[in-house]
This record gives sequence, C-alpha cells and structure tokens, in this order.
Amino acid sequence: MIKVTNLHKSFGKVEVLKGVSQHIKKGEVVSIIGPSGGGKSTFLRCLNMLEVPDSGEIIFDGVDITKEKTNIDLHRQKMGMVFQHFNVFPHMTVLENITLAPVMLKKKTKEEAELMADELLKKVGLYEKKNEYPTKLSGGQKQRLAIVRALAMEPEVMLFDEPTSALDPEMVGEVLSVIKDLVESGITAVIVTHEMGFAKEVSDRVLFMDGGIIAEEGTPEEVFQNPKNKRTQEFLSKVL
Amino acid sequence: MQIIENIFKVLERYGYLFIEGTKVTLEFSLIAVSGGVIFGFIIAMMKRSQFKLFGVKPLSLISGFYIEIVRGTPILLQLYLFYFWIPDALPFLHLTKFGSIALALICNSAAYVSEIIRAGIEAVDKGQMEAARCLGLSHSMAMRKIIMPQAMKNILPALCNEFIMMIKETSLASTFFAGDIMTQYNVVNGALFLVIEPLIIVGVIYFVLTFGLSKAVGAYERRIKKND
Repeated sequence: MIKVTNLHKSFGKVEVLKGVSQHIKKGEVVSIIGPSGGGKSTFLRCLNMLEVPDSGEIIFDGVDITKEKTNIDLHRQKMGMVFQHFNVFPHMTVLENITLAPVMLKKKTKEEAELMADELLKKVGLYEKKNEYPTKLSGGQKQRLAIVRALAMEPEVMLFDEPTSALDPEMVGEVLSVIKDLVESGITAVIVTHEMGFAKEVSDRVLFMDGGIIAEEGTPEEVFQNPKNKRTQEFLSKVL
Repeated sequence: MQIIENIFKVLERYGYLFIEGTKVTLEFSLIAVSGGVIFGFIIAMMKRSQFKLFGVKPLSLISGFYIEIVRGTPILLQLYLFYFWIPDALPFLHLTKFGSIALALICNSAAYVSEIIRAGIEAVDKGQMEAARCLGLSHSMAMRKIIMPQAMKNILPALCNEFIMMIKETSLASTFFAGDIMTQYNVVNGALFLVIEPLIIVGVIYFVLTFGLSKAVGAYERRIKKND
C-alpha cells in the first residue's frame, strides 16, 4: 500500500533520514520505536509529505507522491493523521471539527457527515460532548476527537505520531484503547510510539529506528524478545 | 479662574469647529485603517509568500522593503511627500488635498497593519495548518477555515489599537490645514489669540476618544480571550 524507497531527509546540516526503505502492506499495523532524534517522526511525516524528503520515492496507491506534479491533497484525504499535540480546531465545536473536511471536500453532504460523526462519537464515548468546544475537553478527549476527525475522511491508512506522549498518565489508556479497537477493525496503521507494551500488543511488525535508519525490524516477538541489533538491545533494556 | 471661563466662551463660539474637526479626524483615521487593512492584507500575503524567482523571494522582498521604509521614516515626511509630490507625479488621480493626505495615511497604515496581520497569522499554532492539510484541505481552504478565524482573535484588538494610534497621528495633517481637530485648534488660536484654552479643549477631545476606545478594546479583548 505504501512503498518507500531510499528516503533521505536533512534539516540544515543534520541528516535525519539516511536512506529508509519500507513496504507497508494493506491491513498491516506497523509500530515504529526508537530513541528521540532517531528519525521516527520525520519518517512518519514524510509518508504524507508533511516533510518533503530530499530524495527517495514514496509510492502510495501506485503513485509517487513525492513528485511535485502529484496532487498531494487528494492523497492526504486517504491518509489520516493523529498528532502528539492533538491539533483539534479550537474555534469549532466537536461536531464541526469532524464534519468540516468531509463536507468541504464534497465527500459527504452535511447531513451524512453529521450522521457519521454521531456514530463515531458514540464509539469513542464523546457523543455527549458533540456541541462543546475543545477547550472544555481533557487531553484524552481531545485526542479521541482528533482520531475521529481523521476517521471521518474514511482513510485507507492511519498515521499516529506519538499519540499518547502529551497526555497525562491516567488518560493514556483511553486513547490506546480507541486505537486498539481501530486497528482490530482491520485498518492499515503506522504508529510512532513510546508505549512498548502497546506496540507489542497491537503490531504486526515493529521497526526500530535509530540514527536515521531502520536498525531492526520484525514481528513484535522478534524485536522485543530477541533483538539482534546491539542498539535495539540497549534501547529496550532502558525502556522496558 | 480665567482659563475655565475662557474655555466655556471658546466652546460657546467655536464649539461647532471642534465637532467638525473631530469628525474629520475620525474620518481620516477610519479611511487610513480600512485602506490599511485592504493593502496591509495584500502586503502581508506578499511577505509570507514562498514564491521564488532566481533563488530569491521577490514578493517577500518587495513587501519587506516597503514595510521597513514606511516604518523607518516619520509620518510627517510621508505626508509632505504625498502632499507635494503625488498630485504632480500622478496627475491622472486628480487628488484633492484631502485625497493625498488620506492616501499618505493609508500607505502608512498599510505597513503597520500588514505586520499586525502577519504576526496574527504566525501566532496561530503551526499544528493547526498541518492538521488541516492532513485532512486533505488545500492551503487556501485551510487559511480560510482554520487559520484566519483564529488569527482574527489576535488581529482585531491590534487593529483597534492601530486605529487609536491613527487618531493621534492624524494631528500631523493639520500641517496642511486638513480640517482635523488640530487644524481647528489653529483656527481658533488665530481668531482669538488664545493658546492654552483651545489646546486644553483639543487635548480633552483626543484623550476622551483614545481612552474611551482603548477601554472598549480592552473589554472586547477580554471577551474573546474567554473562549480560549
């Protein structure tokens, strides 16, 4: 579904991605772990061109989206993204946050979008809040809203950029359980996370990124129980 | 108290002049700031533009140059320039005295307003644009629906303050007898040979206008910040 070949990206003089290749298949749940500054988030943000890579290819649905002539907006409609800092729209109600994009991009009429929003909100337990503004929501609720907002576009793949890192500890669970339900429904997902237990539980495949490359990859069992790379072993011994 | 007595006498005889002057001052300020908003918006968009030609950003460069020049020279100088030069240089505009002064104030205001707008836009969290683009909205859709509504909260109070500043700046137009409050001071001063009394009147008018407006802006600001 997403095929990445030899991706390079530098910020100024710092090379953050040093040739990353990866093939994410349909229905697969891939977690990316690793130390800060290892390139995890940059790699994820390249997948929907939030960061423009310096070189390399990203083939999504058969189209190289790094090409300038590609209409990236159309492809982004098929890729949902969830951020560390939620980035919900503070000037809109919960409902408006969700219906804005589907209605504006003419994927749905206002009525259809609202009906779907109600469904989604019920699923994540935010239905009672649908007419509130995000200021009234807790961090966990904001993040659930952000997830629902992305789902409203009915994406083919969801990208999660440390979705629980900015949350108070007692709210991490509620967000993880929403993500878990979601990936169990069969959606394709790429998750950058520091929640090792979670990564182990939900992933089909785990990537360990360090120093701008994918240093190790495999099933959760392989990476967590039998890490072969020395850096992976060091990292896991620190965080587990 | 001779002065107080005189003030009432002046008001009785020339009160209408001060009212007239207040109207003109407010007119100038309003024209300057509304014109400033229109052109300031364009300049702000140029300044933010990423359009590149031969490795430089011409639009951003030109607008930056303009802003620096306007902010780096006195407004009185700009008024002189427009008053004496523009009617000759651009005769087809058929500018009246009022017109060239208004144009000078607009050009001045546009520079300041453009920075207000730019700062207002840039104060909106970067993640908002990213989130909007990730949903598939185009840049202009995201600006319209997500960024600008939030930026307005920063921009509007600052714009009101610019208006208040303008009320004071327009006093410089009295150099050309433009009919503003300060011009009326000169008229009354010339007619009665009184210096202090009309000055006090004019001062009170300016103060009431600016103080009243800034209090109103303050209240308005508190109200919109409450929703954050």
